[in-house]
Amino acid sequence: MTTWIKHFRQVNTEDRSCLGGKCYALAALARAGFLIPEGTCIGFDAYKRFVAESKLSERIHFELGRKKFEDMRWEELWDLSLRIRNMFINSRFPTDLKAELKEALEATFGDEPVVVRSSAAGEDSRDRSFAGLHESYVNIRGTESILNHIKLVWASLWSDRALLYRQELGLSAENSVMGVVVQKLVAGQVSGVAFSQSPESPDDALIEAVYGLNQGLVDGTVEPDHWVVDRESGAVLSHRPASRMEVMMPGVEGLELVSLDGADTQRPPLDEKKLTAVLEMAMRAETAFGSPQDVEWTYAGENLYTLQSRPITTLKHGRKEDERAWYLTLTRSFENLKILRKRIEEDIIPGMDEEARNLEGANLDRLSEAELSAEIYRRSKILDRWTKAYWADCIPFAHGMRLFGQVYNDMMRPKDPYEFMELLSGESTLGLERNRMLEAMADMASSTPALARLLKENKGLDVYPRFKALLDAFIDKYGAISRAGAEEPPPQEAHRKIIGLVLEMARRSSARKEVPVRDRERLVSDFLSKFLGPREQVGKDLFDLARASYRWRDDDNIYLARIEAETARAVALGRQRLAARLGIEAGGITVEDVSHALRDPQYRPVVQVQPEEKPTADRQFSLRPRQLTGLPAGPGIGTGPAKVVMHSDDLYGFKSGEVLVCDAIEPEMTLVVPMAAGIVERRGGMLIHGAIVAREYSIPCVTGVPNAAVLIHSGDKVTVDGYLGIVIIEEDQSQ
Amino acid sequence: MDKKEIKALLSDLFARQALAVLATQASHGPYATLVGFTATQDLRHIFFVTSRSTRKYAALESNPEVSMLIDSRTNQVSDFRDAVAVTALGKAHEIDKEENKDIVGLYLTRYPHLEDFVLSPTCALIRLEVVKYIVVTRFQHVMTLDLIS
Repeated sequence: MTTWIKHFRQVNTEDRSCLGGKCYALAALARAGFLIPEGTCIGFDAYKRFVAESKLSERIHFELGRKKFEDMRWEELWDLSLRIRNMFINSRFPTDLKAELKEALEATFGDEPVVVRSSAAGEDSRDRSFAGLHESYVNIRGTESILNHIKLVWASLWSDRALLYRQELGLSAENSVMGVVVQKLVAGQVSGVAFSQSPESPDDALIEAVYGLNQGLVDGTVEPDHWVVDRESGAVLSHRPASRMEVMMPGVEGLELVSLDGADTQRPPLDEKKLTAVLEMAMRAETAFGSPQDVEWTYAGENLYTLQSRPITTLKHGRKEDERAWYLTLTRSFENLKILRKRIEEDIIPGMDEEARNLEGANLDRLSEAELSAEIYRRSKILDRWTKAYWADCIPFAHGMRLFGQVYNDMMRPKDPYEFMELLSGESTLGLERNRMLEAMADMASSTPALARLLKENKGLDVYPRFKALLDAFIDKYGAISRAGAEEPPPQEAHRKIIGLVLEMARRSSARKEVPVRDRERLVSDFLSKFLGPREQVGKDLFDLARASYRWRDDDNIYLARIEAETARAVALGRQRLAARLGIEAGGITVEDVSHALRDPQYRPVVQVQPEEKPTADRQFSLRPRQLTGLPAGPGIGTGPAKVVMHSDDLYGFKSGEVLVCDAIEPEMTLVVPMAAGIVERRGGMLIHGAIVAREYSIPCVTGVPNAAVLIHSGDKVTVDGYLGIVIIEEDQSQ
Repeated sequence: MDKKEIKALLSDLFARQALAVLATQASHGPYATLVGFTATQDLRHIFFVTSRSTRKYAALESNPEVSMLIDSRTNQVSDFRDAVAVTALGKAHEIDKEENKDIVGLYLTRYPHLEDFVLSPTCALIRLEVVKYIVVTRFQHVMTLDLIS
């Protein structure tokens, strides 16, 4: 007699509360005579047994309470989710649970490929459908692999997406549970979704179909043919054909995107007869469940399988909802990431580079005020266009690293969930190249006292042509880089600031400490050796994609920052002209007003004045931090005086041995990192720029410290504990 | 958390917790005991009572510098993450019960069952003048609230 696993035909109405929405809906479909792939349900009790035996509940509670949810960025939720996922991966099944599941799975599936799907409590109910918050795995083969994927589905109760919707889901370590569906994989030739009632038009139904499996349709990688049909008559009201280039098929394990056969590219995936059959199935599901349904289906030969049916629910989109919906789009499939990479490498980066060069080469001084106004407008539009491309493609491409991390952890089960970053470090990024140039200049200055003296005295460098060439090349390549707001200084000013940095760098003794190449090579080789036979190339492709994702994560920012700096340069010149003409302090004039006032001599721009901060009324108490918590983003311990950096310009005053404290490190700010004793950042995440560059230089780093740059003051003596993720602020002895 | 939030957290914690751990230091070494306590609204003073024949009274007489721990633990695993622990640091001195009847009243409102003990001539009313609070939340997040005289 089994207690933890049931076949669909054993499930009855009262099981709903212990199996989850998807299990229950599939069993109900089977009872109502729908053709569904054979399968089993693993109830909530199995999850409870697993987390109780491995004490995961307490550990999850501890992780969830690390900081207030409202203070966490999505990246931090993703990190949190990764850590919890790793706990599941590294926890063993209780013997009795494993024995029972193993026996039932072997008897039902043998070595046939299966789909392992989530079935959360309350999921797919009439009021809410949290599609895509939890994980499903397609084309899994063998009992051991199925068991491992059951753990991953359980872990997805704590996915980053689920954590975003934690309030609606009522997520808590003590009470939340997850069921699992394991079904035979039906490798259909045509698949899709059907809405028995269109959300826009109640008399219509919607059907979308693709060749192959429907995972490509669901994650947006494969464009579907789209039909609007009359619910009553079944008459086709409109058909929007797709470009039909590719098809998602089962690979050796998992899925792969392959080119579609020539003839199929010209033929819609559904003919009239099959379209009618899909509509009828959706309408029958609506009758069976008593409300309009969103149905997933697949055709294997002439057999129409129902894969899932859930009520159509419309999410109410408030502003916060919109932000969360955007974050949901950041989880991309391997195939989708490959498409993004192609676009970034072939269009976006070369395009931004060319754009930046053109802008940098323009002589703005020659422009009249009206021409400068037009140029500011033009540059703002250019910046807007590239910013949109950056958000649409570059940010989602960072998921390549995350996907790699998940696969790495699944295969290698490392104790440290971020071990995968060691395989990626050492990639040649623009930021590291720039720092190497600075370090080369610093080495020259420290080994040649006469040169250092000339630099300090700001004298001509003609007697040191090699240094001068390096400095000129640096300024040429990176000198214009600064974020909008901190505008481009005149060339001699840029020289002076860079030389200041070089001299400061020359004072420090230690060189960059990298992860030893041999260790990295061994980790890479161990990882790739897990991909055997025909899967060998899959491992190599994934690693290659992750490296590109790691590299572009910094570089795309640097290219975009060049365009930002060029836009800021035109605005700064506009402000200078207005200040001279109108005799006003033009720093507080908005970009729009600068442009307006330049083209219209009669227009008097509004100068914004920052309101002064009122001192706090409470003089009875003084509050100061003693120890702040964040995430351990770079191992090690470092102590030194804090240097709070609020603007890019503050970087030039950075001294060797100081602890860099800031709100958020942008890639163009990382040039001082090699000198830092430690890094503290308000913005949280293990894969953010600050954390990545800290690991490259083996510098202790703590990220995700709320209000770090407000609570810590320049000059405070701080210790950064990059092992525990805490920052200790030394007591002022005078207090 | 800002000052206002921290002060609200302290007031709430002091109202909810019945006992505090008093740590004294004297020639026989450090010594910790449980005491009932009450704090003033402005958080400047914490009061407790003790018999004059106790070790802690003797310790206070020789060294008035004390610390007092007030926390919200519930003896569950979740305490590691969820419990708040506040350490008050300052100097403690006996004050006259007759001259501070309002304080005695305040204390007895909180601990009415201790009336005989508190009003006994051998029982001393002690005032801790707080210099600073060290507030620990979320396991390792530590803030210091200094009281400015």
